[in-house]
Amino acid sequence: MESQREYFLEIKPKNSFGLNLDELIEHRELFYFFTWRDIKVKYKQTMLGFLWAVLQPLLLTALFTLLLGRNLNIPSEGIDYPVFAFSGLMLWLIFSSGITNAGQSMITQAAVIRKIYFPRLIIPLSSILVSLFDFLMSLVVFIPLLIYYQPEVELMRALWCWPSGVLLTILATLGPGCLLAALNVKFRDFRYVIPFLVQVLLFVTPVIYPVSMIGQRWIQEIMALNPMYAAVAVFRLPFAATEPDATLLIISLVSNVIFLVAGIAYFRKVESFFADLA
Amino acid sequence: MKPILEIQGISKRFRINHETQPYLSLRESLSGWMRRSPAVSEDFWALRDISFDVQRGESVGVIGKNGAGKSTLLKILSRITPPTRGRILVRGRVASLLEVGTGFHPELTGRENVYLNGSMLGMRKQEIDRQFDAIVAFAGTEKFLDTPLKHYSSGMQLRLAFAVAAFLEPEILIIDEVLAVGDAEFQRKCLGKMEDVTRSGRTILFVSHNMSAITRMCSRALWIDQGKLAYSGPSEETVRHYLGSSATDATDPAGFIVMPESHQGPVQRIELLCDGNVTGTLYMGCQMEVRVYFQSKEPLDSPILGLIVKDSQQSPLIGVNNKHYSGAMTEKSLRAGYLSARIPRLPLFEGQYSLDVHFGNGFHDLEVLRDCIRFAVEPAAFTSSGLLPDKEINRVFIDNVTWSAHPTDIPS
Repeated sequence: MESQREYFLEIKPKNSFGLNLDELIEHRELFYFFTWRDIKVKYKQTMLGFLWAVLQPLLLTALFTLLLGRNLNIPSEGIDYPVFAFSGLMLWLIFSSGITNAGQSMITQAAVIRKIYFPRLIIPLSSILVSLFDFLMSLVVFIPLLIYYQPEVELMRALWCWPSGVLLTILATLGPGCLLAALNVKFRDFRYVIPFLVQVLLFVTPVIYPVSMIGQRWIQEIMALNPMYAAVAVFRLPFAATEPDATLLIISLVSNVIFLVAGIAYFRKVESFFADLA
Repeated sequence: MKPILEIQGISKRFRINHETQPYLSLRESLSGWMRRSPAVSEDFWALRDISFDVQRGESVGVIGKNGAGKSTLLKILSRITPPTRGRILVRGRVASLLEVGTGFHPELTGRENVYLNGSMLGMRKQEIDRQFDAIVAFAGTEKFLDTPLKHYSSGMQLRLAFAVAAFLEPEILIIDEVLAVGDAEFQRKCLGKMEDVTRSGRTILFVSHNMSAITRMCSRALWIDQGKLAYSGPSEETVRHYLGSSATDATDPAGFIVMPESHQGPVQRIELLCDGNVTGTLYMGCQMEVRVYFQSKEPLDSPILGLIVKDSQQSPLIGVNNKHYSGAMTEKSLRAGYLSARIPRLPLFEGQYSLDVHFGNGFHDLEVLRDCIRFAVEPAAFTSSGLLPDKEINRVFIDNVTWSAHPTDIPS
């Protein structure tokens, strides 16, 4: 039986700011169902199913290994290039598919938004969790890769670095994801901006090459504004031969927090009008 | 005891951007900002200063014409859109059903959709687990539980959707027109279920055009006209006032209506033609044509047009739908244009009528407009004999009965 505590709600012209965490927690099951639905739908009617989650980073790694690792001899912080690239790409794919899906999510769910109320943040959040699921699938390849190339993995470090790297990736995806989701409702231009942005960002993020390759310090610092820099660097920490640059890490972490706060704040600011616009 | 819902001075304004979609393009917004000139927009008040209370256990009906603001009121109550002014105090858990089957996914199975939809409507997983068998039994789709929804007939989808909604157990239930769907038997089942809900002591707010359902189920009704509360009282009284008012402007003599600017659906304009002329006054036996002008974001491959003609007591007399006739309306998909339905000989008697328009894309209704246009039919000697049938026993006239007499013995 439900507790008989007095339920009270006031509907006012403008919703207050803040995360409204209580409400999100109350709707945690919906969270789960949305994520579960997206995963299910994503792989239904595909012949290879979950294999796609593994194939994507694998093929990209193969491509970049041939192109960059072999032919251009890109340095990779003392790690074998395939391990270097795969570890980066695994996280990168959370970010890229996360912001793409989150950015589109409010539009694809417009029919629901117009008819049912629930905390709107659930929509971009759950579409990011779908990308996390793909990441877990790709771990199935990452572990054998580590065993094959045998980089020196500091296990104690891995225990905290890997989860932190993934967490940083999710936070790095969440901020821009929410921002793009809200902007996309208001300005449909972002439908075209997002895929372009994702492609460009891959080449300015030290995922497929190390940041040390860039000569000028100031360019390195600008590149570190990308919140994914710290996420990838922390994830590689247990097996990287060189320590990452502390200044660059801090720049990236601060940028991550700023994007996160700004993205969620903007989303919360416009969410009450989504139903009128979508 | 305090009322479960207190609606205090609710107003809702929509900004209408002319010439453009409701959303903006970045260029427009940037250039508007640079020039510092206000965008071409106009205010439209969908609701003005609505106030009323609802007591615990009461069921309240909301009636009014299309575009009067009923749906906006329900959307504000369901927190889908915020009010521009005023406030609402809510003292109970609310579930709203503005549409059945919202969020159903064609790729997921029936079972999966029950869980997903139930969860969206605010049910806990435990609750769904507990009610699952009852939901499926109510919908009558036990055999297809593990079939993807896309293989369901539209009737089955609808039954499943309503069944999920029927087992919601909130303290306040907000319902918009869900009964207007499905076949007659299913509608009866739905109405029955809703009456059970009313009797179980829950609070219901119910928007409908079905006056008999309103008077049967609701003790009190509100009539909203042009965004204002026009009348509030016992449901019979409110219905009488509402029907009385619409009798005075019973016809739309111009024979066409243009959708208000705030309107969101694809239908833009509806025209009635009598022997090729746009008019609100037709005569018996004339060639009636209904034209539904539309504009849609996605191109329509197989548009569906359904028309229901109702008499002045709101009883449906004729329902026609192009899916019952062979042949597609159009070869290529259309974004804008008009759909036309032509009835060669109007089989209606003298009187006042109104028309419901269902506009769909072959998969579901994109828009349903109830009583969207009213018209009058004048007497005319349209039968082949020139004699008029008795209108006391006929509501519609069947045109092509073949009569003949044959000499034969009685078959034994």
